[in-house]
Parts: sequence; C-alpha cells; structure tokens
Amino acid sequence: MKNKSIYKFSTLFKTQYANMLEYRAEIALWAISGVIPFFMLNIWTNNGLNESINISNVMLSRYFLSAFFVRQFSVVWVVFTFEEDALLGRVSPYLIQPLHPFFRYFAQHIAEQITRFPFALLIAIFFFISNTQSLWIPSFFTLLISLVSTFFSFLIQFLMQSIIASFCFWTEKASSLEKLLFIPTLFLSGLLAPVSSFPNVVKSWIYLTPFPYLIDLPASILSGNQANIFNGILIQLLWIILFFSIFRQVWKSGTKKFTAMGL
Amino acid sequence: MNIKKYLKVYSYFNYSSFSIELEYKINLLIDFLTSLLGLVGSIFLLSIFFSNTYKIGGWNFNQALIIQGIYTILNGVTNTWFNPNLKEIVKYIREGTLDYVLLKPIDSQFWISFKRISPTGIIEILLGFFVLSYCFYINNISLTIFSFSFLVITLICSISILYSLWFLISATTIWFVKTWNATEVLRSFLYMGRFPMDSFSFSLRIFFSTIIPITFITTIPSEVILGFSPAWKIILEVMVATIFLIFSRRFWKYALRFYTSASS
Repeated sequence: MKNKSIYKFSTLFKTQYANMLEYRAEIALWAISGVIPFFMLNIWTNNGLNESINISNVMLSRYFLSAFFVRQFSVVWVVFTFEEDALLGRVSPYLIQPLHPFFRYFAQHIAEQITRFPFALLIAIFFFISNTQSLWIPSFFTLLISLVSTFFSFLIQFLMQSIIASFCFWTEKASSLEKLLFIPTLFLSGLLAPVSSFPNVVKSWIYLTPFPYLIDLPASILSGNQANIFNGILIQLLWIILFFSIFRQVWKSGTKKFTAMGL
Repeated sequence: MNIKKYLKVYSYFNYSSFSIELEYKINLLIDFLTSLLGLVGSIFLLSIFFSNTYKIGGWNFNQALIIQGIYTILNGVTNTWFNPNLKEIVKYIREGTLDYVLLKPIDSQFWISFKRISPTGIIEILLGFFVLSYCFYINNISLTIFSFSFLVITLICSISILYSLWFLISATTIWFVKTWNATEVLRSFLYMGRFPMDSFSFSLRIFFSTIIPITFITTIPSEVILGFSPAWKIILEVMVATIFLIFSRRFWKYALRFYTSASS
C-alpha cells in the first residue's frame, strides 16, 4: 500500500518535472524577479546603515544572498493554480483520483524548484564575481541544516496557502486573501531587512508569528549569522503541525461544500 | 480619429468592468486592506533605515516620505488601469481572441489598453494623496501655481513611462506567448521606486535611469515637489516620456505583423 503511493507520487513528480522543463525561460525570468534582496543590500551598505546593528558588510551580503536563495526555494503559488483549476472545473476529476489533489501541486512545486536551481546558482555566481570578498563555503552541517530549514519554510508557506486555497470552495476567488497575507510575509520575514535590525517593539511580538521563520531563520543559518538553530527549527515544526491540522479540517468541510463546476 | 466616439466607448468599458468587479465585493474590501497594509509596511521599512542614520542618499525621512506618496499614487494607477488590461493581452494572444479585437472598427491599442478598469487601486491613489499632503505639511512646502503645474507635468510623464513599460512587456507576448513572468521581473524592479535613487550605488543608479527608468518615474516628481529639481531634468523627463510613448505605439504596430492567431 505504502509502496504504491510512493510510486504514484514519483510518477506524478516525473511528469511535472518534464512539464516544468518546457518552461525553462519562464522559470529563469522568475528567478531574476527575486533579485530584490540584492537591491536592498545595496541600500544597506551604500548608506552604511548596518554599522549600528553590528553586522559587517561581508556578513550582511552573505545574509542577503542567503535570503535570496531561501526565497527562491520557498516560493509558493498553489492558491493561484488551485483557483484557476476550481474556476475552470478541473478540480472534479482531481478529486476522484487515488491521491490527494494537493500532492499534484506539491510535486509541481518541487519540480519547479529543481528546474530553478541552476538559474539561482548562476545569479549567485554573478553576485560573487561583483562581490568577491563575501565568498564563503558553508560547512556540510550548516548546509544540511539550512536546507532542512528552507524546506520547512517552504512547507509552512505551502500549508498556509493551501488553507487559503481551500477557501475557493466557498468564495471561488481566494487569491486576494493570499495577496493580503503576502504583505506581512514580505515585510516581516527578513527578505528586505534582517529581523535583528527591527525595532524592539516589533521584535517583542514578531517571534510569536510564523514570519521570521520563513526567511530570516534559514538565511541566518546559511550565512553564519546569529541564529538559534535548535529552537528555530523546532518552532518551524510546530507551525507545520498546526497548519497541517487546520488544512485537513478546512479541506474536509470544503469538499463537503463542493459543487462541481464546468463540464 | 473621432474623440467623441472613443469617449463614449470608454464610458461603456468602465460601466461593464465595474459591474464585473463589484460581483466580488469581499475581494474588493480585502484588496483595500492589502493596499493599506502595503503602505504601512513600506513606511515601516523606511523607518528601519532611518533609525540607523539621519540621511539616505541626501534625503531625510520627511523627504523620503514624499517618494513613498508618489510611489503609492502611481502603484494605484498601475493597479487600476494598466495591470487588469495588460494581463488580458496575454490571454487574447494565447487563445487567439485578438482576432476579434483587430476586426473591430476601433484602434486595437486603445481597446486592449483601456478595456478593463479595476477599482482596487483607487484606495491606493487616495492613500498616496493623503501621504503627499501630510508631507506638504511636515516639510513646510507651499505649492505655487508654477511648481504645481510642473508637478502635474512630471506626474503625467511618469504615468506615460509606466504605461509604455507595461505595454511593451505585454506586447512581446506576440512572440513568446507566455510572458507572465516577465511582468514579474518588471514589477520587482519597479518596486525599487519606493526609495530615492541617490541611495543606490553608482552602477545601479545608471541601470535605473537608462534601462528601466525608475529615476524618472518617482524620484524626479518628488524632487519637483521639494523644489530642487533643475529645469533640465524636467525637460529630460518630458523627452523620455514622449520617446517611450512613440516607441510603444511603433512597437505595437510592428509586433502585429508577427501575429499569427491561435488554433483554428
């Protein structure tokens, strides 16, 4: 039984990977659209803003490069695909397939990340050429831990968006909710400024939200900046468990509400 | 060219797209909230920058807030007029429905640029003007008729450049079919228009004033408000905007020659 679902998933994954390879140019462009952290780095170092937060230029450039990587591999768009599928009536056939429909989207995302990897690496090489002193090689252990942490960050965002996507069963259009959620993700996750630079008022409550665990934690681990690795990953896990159980509940009541469309 | 006809058609466009948008009222409310939070977020980011220094690229916080206001207004304009239409271009071309547009006795660029209007950006425009008038107050700026007309001119130019950029990217769909991500690249570059261009390093400043002219879009109108924009910058902006508009028009005519329709 278990082997069978692994087989199903790997087939799904292979087809999605082939599908993604077809859109290489699109994915390359998408990788380029993630360069905002580099622009932010430019503002930080060009104006000497990092002096008062005690992060050297080199450490800050490593941080933003890591933030770029973490963001590249934790981009989630499941709500947009699901909304389109729901509006066009494609969800009905997915529902009767012998695997939860969200595995399809999950496979899509993983396949996309693998296609994206060489482009992200290319951008990183350009970055190092223009910024040679920030070149560093993280230890195997750091690499492994940050990989896990990035994957957890991806899972948290995937589950959060899946919950929102499930609202499509009620409202048909859920992407505007996602855009609303994207605002705190953008400003509080550490993509534009490391969380350590935030004012103390914000720092006092921000760790109660999932946002700093999305970019700041994995990027700090990877770049060798200060991070509470053990606690951080544990909290990431707690968020995953929480969002997973919420998703199951919402999905269950959503499918009961489901009325087929299209056809 | 019959202006009356175009105005009449345009009012029908507005009527039909408002009825479509109002179908999703809750979405509209959420979009309004998103715009408000987005503005709060960028001011938060700006305040982080300024908690470490007094000036960024020669701009203090109160002055940088003007750029924030201009950016918010222009982003509202983009979300109201440009975004909903140019998203459709991709669809027209992929599904081959551009045929019907070309057959209509109306200019095709007019049709695909103004067909849809989305009220989501209107709150952003209002918020932007609110921020701007607050900036007038904290910076002790009193507008004369002279500087006001310069502000209007530069804003019109910014909107023209912005429109041309969006339109050019969308028009490339005729060759590449799927360009949704190219607009994402443009969006992420335009995002940097929230900050004074002087805060970037020299090479990035060159990039942002030539390849993607963000300097002209937000920084120059803000400099006009503060009264430290020399006349040549305003003239240059008018020239750049004119070139962009003419180029987008030519480019569309040129691109149409390569349109081969889809399916059937």
